[in-house]
Amino acid sequence: MTLKPAEWQLALPLGLAFASLFLAPFLLLFGVSFFNDDQITQPGFGQWIKFFGDPFHYKVIADTLLLGVKTVAATVIVGYPLALVFIDLGPRLQRVLIFIIVMPLLLSVVVRTFAWIVVLGREGVINTLLLHLGVISEPLRLLQTELGLVISMTQIEMPLMLLPLISVMSRIEPNLRDASAALGASRWRTLFTVIVPLSMPGLIAGCLLVFASSTTAFISQSIIGGVRLIYLPLLIWQQSLVVFNWPFAAVTSLALLVSVLSVIAALSYLGRRAGGAIHG
Amino acid sequence: MGRRQSFADISYGFVIGAIALLAVVIIVTPVIIVVILSFTDHQSLKFPPTGFSLQWYQQLFDESQSRQIHRAAGNTLEVAALSTLFGVVLGTLAALGLARSRSVAARVADSFFLSPLVLPGIAFGLAALMYFTLIGIRPSLGLVIAGHMIVTVPFVVRTTTASLSQLDPALNDSSQSLGASWFYTLRRVTLPLIFPGIAAGAFLAFMASVDNVPVSLFLSTARTDMLPIRMWGMMEATLDVRIAAISGILITAAFLLMLLMEWTVGLTRRMRD
Repeated sequence: MTLKPAEWQLALPLGLAFASLFLAPFLLLFGVSFFNDDQITQPGFGQWIKFFGDPFHYKVIADTLLLGVKTVAATVIVGYPLALVFIDLGPRLQRVLIFIIVMPLLLSVVVRTFAWIVVLGREGVINTLLLHLGVISEPLRLLQTELGLVISMTQIEMPLMLLPLISVMSRIEPNLRDASAALGASRWRTLFTVIVPLSMPGLIAGCLLVFASSTTAFISQSIIGGVRLIYLPLLIWQQSLVVFNWPFAAVTSLALLVSVLSVIAALSYLGRRAGGAIHG
Repeated sequence: MGRRQSFADISYGFVIGAIALLAVVIIVTPVIIVVILSFTDHQSLKFPPTGFSLQWYQQLFDESQSRQIHRAAGNTLEVAALSTLFGVVLGTLAALGLARSRSVAARVADSFFLSPLVLPGIAFGLAALMYFTLIGIRPSLGLVIAGHMIVTVPFVVRTTTASLSQLDPALNDSSQSLGASWFYTLRRVTLPLIFPGIAAGAFLAFMASVDNVPVSLFLSTARTDMLPIRMWGMMEATLDVRIAAISGILITAAFLLMLLMEWTVGLTRRMRD
């Protein structure tokens, strides 16, 4: 019995690892942003002024957040009906479907991005198909457009939307739907007045994960979006590993961090309120 | 219910069913297309291929032509294995320490350990690069392992905590009241019961490390090249069809591993919880 440690002490090793390898680097990043020169010798607010004095950077922030919003919207519109179908399936089909949903998540993002280059390219699947059907006479330009990027991100991020959504929806009491139908509500009405409100915590959790992941998806953004569509991660990469202006890259990282985290904080506040409204 | 199907109900079935089908098509088709394309005999990514061959796989496995890819794949596996190993030990201990506590400090610590899941990975990658450079540690595979451990350990913490919350505390109490030591109880009662949760978390952490871009982008160098970064380089420069062959292998590996994890520890059930 002498060996029994206090339980919380078991979390100490990971706590120390996080303090030294996670918290400390972020504090340092914050510190580095307050230097004027890329040699990190003159303290000052120069880089902050440079970043926020240029309207171009506001556009990059807005574009990054908008990309997240569009991806979230697309995954909700396409993913929500799939989750609805999922909860009505039998256990065997459910196992097959969940396998199909999870599989892309375990596939490298680089592979998924590559797949979309093949689908969207000039000689890709969509162009071949549309040319063949005579819908278009010239190949469409889909790569290096925001539309192409959002389509790709919809597939790449879909599992992150579906997993929390399905887990919450599966717990909705089936009797509630039957009761709603018995009282004369159409299935549309049941969907919007019963199922959607009850699935809100899962929906918000899914939105949160998709938003966080799509705004920082450097590979997909740079490969499918190309160099003309500039988002914060690309700017961070350019400034730190191409231009080697670390203080400026630090300011850009903080802009990404704060803007993404504030959206996430707002979403999880909504999620807690939605959860409270149902349980309370 | 003998209610007649109204127009609204029929339109519901049609619209929801059609979009759900579209969703499945969007999820599955790109993966299948890449597998087919990896067998093309053409020099480009033209789809459908005009003929089939194994040339891209042959080039990929050829030691002299693809040495850099082999080295990157070796580094990737080594980093994934070691970062998962450290992550499992530290993450399981942390979950054991925090899961049964209701204190505010424990909940804050728990969110802290899960936060790499929602923080922009690229910001952490840059922060880690600056930190290691400014405190004077030279880039090495060890640094990549440390960075990957931080961003993948949340998977272990999450699944292990979920398993612990389903564990009946009476089992623990009865073991200890029968005279078993704390460590004996952990080894013979708790760990065997939460093992599937730990295994599922370890698998997810391993896959996330193999897949990781933002940390590797900043912490790996030419000598410690990682597979996703090399593939990214191959995509940015000339479109090298060997990427399709690498993708084919990664898709097959992920598929087989997932089947294995599904049969042994019920992976998808744990991801839904």
